[in-house]
Amino acid sequence: MNASPRTIRVVTLYPDVMSVYADRGNLIAVQARCRELGIGCEVTRVGIGDELPRDADLLLIGGGQDREQRRIVDDLAAKGDTLREWAESDAAMLAVCGGFQLFGEFYRTAEGAELPGVRLFDITTVAPAPGMPRCIGDVLARSDVPDVGELVGFENHGGRTYLGPHAQPFARVRHGYGNNGADGTEGAVYRQAIGTYLHGSLLPKNPALLDRLILAALRHRYGPEVDVTAPRNPYAERAHDAAAVVARRRGRRNT
Amino acid sequence: LRRGGGTALPGLVANTVAPALIGSYARQLGYGTATITGTNGKTTTSHLLTAAAAAGGFRTLANRSGSNLARGVASTFVDAATPSGLLPDAREYLGVFELDEAAWPALLPQLRPRVAVFLNLFRDQLDRYGEVDSVAEGWQRALARYREPIGLVLNADDPSVALLAEGARGPIVSFGVEDPDVALSEAEHAADARFCRCGATFTYSAIYMGHVGMWRCSACGRTRQTPLVAARDVRLGADETRFTLCVGSRSLGIILPLAGLYSVYNALACAAGAYALGLSLEATTHALLEAGPAFGRQERFAVDGRYVRLLLAKNPTGLNEVLRTIIAIDQPFTLLALLNDGIQDGQDVSWIYDADLEHLAGRPVTLVVSGDRAEDLALRCALAGIEPAVVERNTARALEAALARASAGARIEVVATYTAMLEVRELLARRTGQQAYWEPAHSEVRA
Repeated sequence: MNASPRTIRVVTLYPDVMSVYADRGNLIAVQARCRELGIGCEVTRVGIGDELPRDADLLLIGGGQDREQRRIVDDLAAKGDTLREWAESDAAMLAVCGGFQLFGEFYRTAEGAELPGVRLFDITTVAPAPGMPRCIGDVLARSDVPDVGELVGFENHGGRTYLGPHAQPFARVRHGYGNNGADGTEGAVYRQAIGTYLHGSLLPKNPALLDRLILAALRHRYGPEVDVTAPRNPYAERAHDAAAVVARRRGRRNT
Repeated sequence: LRRGGGTALPGLVANTVAPALIGSYARQLGYGTATITGTNGKTTTSHLLTAAAAAGGFRTLANRSGSNLARGVASTFVDAATPSGLLPDAREYLGVFELDEAAWPALLPQLRPRVAVFLNLFRDQLDRYGEVDSVAEGWQRALARYREPIGLVLNADDPSVALLAEGARGPIVSFGVEDPDVALSEAEHAADARFCRCGATFTYSAIYMGHVGMWRCSACGRTRQTPLVAARDVRLGADETRFTLCVGSRSLGIILPLAGLYSVYNALACAAGAYALGLSLEATTHALLEAGPAFGRQERFAVDGRYVRLLLAKNPTGLNEVLRTIIAIDQPFTLLALLNDGIQDGQDVSWIYDADLEHLAGRPVTLVVSGDRAEDLALRCALAGIEPAVVERNTARALEAALARASAGARIEVVATYTAMLEVRELLARRTGQQAYWEPAHSEVRA
């Protein structure tokens, strides 16, 4: 019997309100992969008004409906300093869709009000002008992050996100809208924190990204020399390949 | 009424040529129209209500399942009408229309229903409908603008439906489950109406599914009202459901030949709709006992001595309910699960992560996974702790694999998204050379 000396501490932020389209699949994938790798996985669910724990190795936040996102804005702002400290200390983070938007500088609503964000990513997001469609569809992208490679997912967002001068994109879309449907960028990266519009759920179907986040979380806790021998993940690989075929067939082509 | 093929083409023409056409037809129906909308249960409820109306002596005009947009409604009328636009014997007819929840607001002023049944509102195909909140707001705004009297039939247990009673101008008939014994032991992840209109969070003394249950808002005092039409003493079986149907002060025992608590809600919606239409309780009872399943919804087929049941599941709450129904079966069974990603299924298959497939883990289930997105579903199941025995994208080969793994007398439960259900149903009908044995006898009176 293999003891499990290593454990990552996972915080899932607003899991009840910020998981409108299956972002909990990301947590499910982390838990299952950790079991497979013999790594402990300690999950803390943090809701509105709850205190963040002292430390975390991996933070997950998903997307919500507009009404839900407005509810968390103040609470998230109160947690902003801690979240930025965690990011500076190289904790791994994955912020999807609405969570990604709120980890930026601000979200400008259709009425022109600016909802302040956590300012972890140098990005700004604006609500679509009247008559502009939502960005909905299959995505195939290639990540700028080493070892992550091809990404598959599904996006569904109204807001258009623009990278500031200090922001690095997470990926380039081959099929799909990405951040704004214009510049070909998808998401943002800051240290070990990743923001993205990809549902799918993202981590189950992108095993390289999943393993990279788990490794980053382990290194946050146990130091940079830690490594993991990761066996293949055949169910995930087949689902990834199948989704890639679908995205190539019907995803909006990025020119 | 004339009966035609019911294709979408006449509807397409009608819709393009004259958007107000639906109104001119609907006005001819002597007994008016009832609409049924909501995320889950539209087809079964319409099927039951049509049967109740028939038992009550009405002639009915109903649209087909899956044709519940403006085009399908127009097509139903055009199909039944003479070339001059008259519906023969229209004075004797009652219209029963299931309507897509997003299409309902635009059809309200055209159909001008006497009775509007609202079932529930769950997250469903966000790639097509947008957010759940915007659907609820669409209903609310349409009702606020609408100046004519309309009877509302509302699910008391779903706050996003029950709150439509605020500001209603006509009579309201509410329905709900009055039996905390069938409540869930813990809340499901897929709950979609967490917040009251005042902004506070709902609290529940019992949750029946998703966000449906005995709810209240402790901030503003809004609370579930005791429903006029209720189910008590609910006994959930593998193939049928027993409950006491209470309508006001009258009550009687029902053996519904449909499984699952969600079927009880459909039965209650039918009973409440029938009450609002002035149908007798006897007519309702007849429908609940005799009508059986609607197309592709718990239809049963005998295939070489195996018992095959077809269950539709197209969103997290629907799939949770179906899973809850089949894991109650007290014998090993084969599960053929199919996930398609067409427009009618929802192109985004993420939703399978919002359903609690974990409930299957550790059960005596042989799993065959299929559909356009078989690999996605296989991964989801593996993550939930249930490894598929077979992953086969091709529907026909997957069905054969499921049949080969089930011995004589064994059960095969087929759980499928919409277009996958159509494919399997076709295969089963062809293989058995017969209709589903619960095919409703009166289906030919539906347009």
